[in-house]
Amino acid sequence: MSELFTLPVLLGIVYSGIRLATPYLYAAIGEMFAQRSGVFNLGVEGIMLMGAYSGFFVAMTTGNLWLGLLAAALTGLLMGLMMSFISVTLQAEQGISGIGLHLFGLGLSSLLFKKTMSSVQSISGFQPIKIPVLGDLPYLGEMFFNHNLLVYVAFLIVPIALWVLNYTTLGLKIRAVGQKPEAADSLGVGVAATRYLTVSFGGMMAGIAGASLSIALINLFQENMTNGMGFIAVALVYFGGWNPIGVLAGALLFSFVNALQLWIQVKGINIPSDFAVMMPYVLTIVALAFAVRRARNPAALGKPYERGEN
Amino acid sequence: MPQLRKLFSGSLDVLIPLIALALALIIGAAVLVILGANPFEAYFSLVRGAFGSTYSLTQILVKATPLLLVGLGIVIAFRGGVINIGGEGQIIVGALAATAVALYAPLPGLILLPLALLGGVIGGAVWGGIPGVLKARLGVNEILSTVMMNQIAFQLSNFLLRGPMIDPEEIARGTRIAQSAELPREVWLVRLVPSTLLHGGAILAVIMAILVYIFLWRTIIGYRIRAVGFNPDASRYAGMRVPVYQALALILGGAFAGLAGAVEVLGVQHRMLEGLSSGYGFSGIVAALFGKLHPLGLIPASVLFGSLLVGADSMQRAVQVPSAFIDALLGLVVLFVVSSDLWVKRRSQKRLSGS
Repeated sequence: MSELFTLPVLLGIVYSGIRLATPYLYAAIGEMFAQRSGVFNLGVEGIMLMGAYSGFFVAMTTGNLWLGLLAAALTGLLMGLMMSFISVTLQAEQGISGIGLHLFGLGLSSLLFKKTMSSVQSISGFQPIKIPVLGDLPYLGEMFFNHNLLVYVAFLIVPIALWVLNYTTLGLKIRAVGQKPEAADSLGVGVAATRYLTVSFGGMMAGIAGASLSIALINLFQENMTNGMGFIAVALVYFGGWNPIGVLAGALLFSFVNALQLWIQVKGINIPSDFAVMMPYVLTIVALAFAVRRARNPAALGKPYERGEN
Repeated sequence: MPQLRKLFSGSLDVLIPLIALALALIIGAAVLVILGANPFEAYFSLVRGAFGSTYSLTQILVKATPLLLVGLGIVIAFRGGVINIGGEGQIIVGALAATAVALYAPLPGLILLPLALLGGVIGGAVWGGIPGVLKARLGVNEILSTVMMNQIAFQLSNFLLRGPMIDPEEIARGTRIAQSAELPREVWLVRLVPSTLLHGGAILAVIMAILVYIFLWRTIIGYRIRAVGFNPDASRYAGMRVPVYQALALILGGAFAGLAGAVEVLGVQHRMLEGLSSGYGFSGIVAALFGKLHPLGLIPASVLFGSLLVGADSMQRAVQVPSAFIDALLGLVVLFVVSSDLWVKRRSQKRLSGS
């Protein structure tokens, strides 16, 4: 075990921990907004896959990473709109709609992959940007200030989300709609409009989360490449007690466990790799078991709203 | 999730799922056109692949069997107001347990077969029971925990099939394919039609569907599970221990998925291998919704989706449309079925106010 605690290894674990938090952050912050407004979108995984595919495909064919990112965001937005329409306008059961959306995204991304690429290819994704001055700091620079753009933005979104949610009128509306939709409605806050906004935004963020994998972190697309990350992102929202700082803490915890298990595998330490891969999922369940007691979920979470019914 | 009940209260209209399927097929056709495939050709090969020969007809029932068993577990969970997305993991653990019993228990075949089936049931029940107990005791969201249990089961299966449970012959030959040794012939389920894969599990599944119907509608525990799912507040007020019945619904859900895994091993593959669950945990949800969350409605629904799966294979071979296409279609079917809810409600309201 002592091999694991040398300085370069620890630096490496922190570096990849920060990197790997990126997709979780985009997806979970987006989902947090949807849930704060009362909509449980379980389709994140499927949206991430479609985002990963469209981002990669557009970036590969046009040679422009920004167009790829845009395509992923638009794909996510579109699927978010789909989920809004189903859960808000049609008032469908959200857990099952989410599974439907996931199956749809999983199937369609595999189908498109097989029809348009036929084999796994890789591209050169977003390159690391060394931040002036800070990037030259010993150790710290290497760990924190030498990442690609999508990593920095993911972490910047956390304080922005915190500000929007707690200090703006929009945030107040979102919270009101998720807590007491009938009261919000009586004060003239558009329940449906607010939920459309948050769920579509959540979809867009999930699309970007997928693209962060396919054009910034792993730089390839393969079938079902998210492998449960979207579901973990949904769990992180619960774990984080529906607030951005909690979500950030959860995302970091997960990505560090992931980074650690990758290093354990690389170092060939005597734990079967299957158990190492299992760790984040076991941790999710344990984390959920301990998180539920202290956090209170938005009162209207998962409940469709219809005027004059409640 | 009290809104679950909206999915089975109201009309028992069988038209809605069929309309949903038709809409999904139409959108699917549009996707095929965009991808440059001829939708008529594709759907024709799908239908011919499913119904074109005696063998394909038996193959439909082979695929419908696990769908029906998993679907029964999903129906029980949904009726109890909990959502079980852990079918995949429960199938895998059930299959692993059945394989372990059949391979390693030194017993004669006559006892071994029922024991192996029972092993599958218990394996699945444990895998569904963990989220069930966590939900009852700690309020852990079962949707999320069952999803995580799926991933854990995949890894557990990888570990066992590459390590302790790997076929000794695979090691001897040096090929190291991740699969268990072949099970002794005494535990194979009986073949119903010679030189096909159709096995006795199909009959077992139908019997189970009838038993689940009796359980849910003719026994006190079944009644309570449905009551808890239909209106948890009223059930609590009536003195029922809601979390206990929710946990029970998840345990039973796991047990049926585990049985599906055991039957797949004992009836079709005769050994445990990677990818055995092949998405039945998810397509079982679609079948359950399609069968209006009724155990008997599930029988035709499973046959329908079984034929879709068989047809998809031949479509892939004949017109090079990957079978992932069917996954996307299933997703759309789910979305349309859950979305039809409001329409059903509006129509029944109109009927009420009209009379």
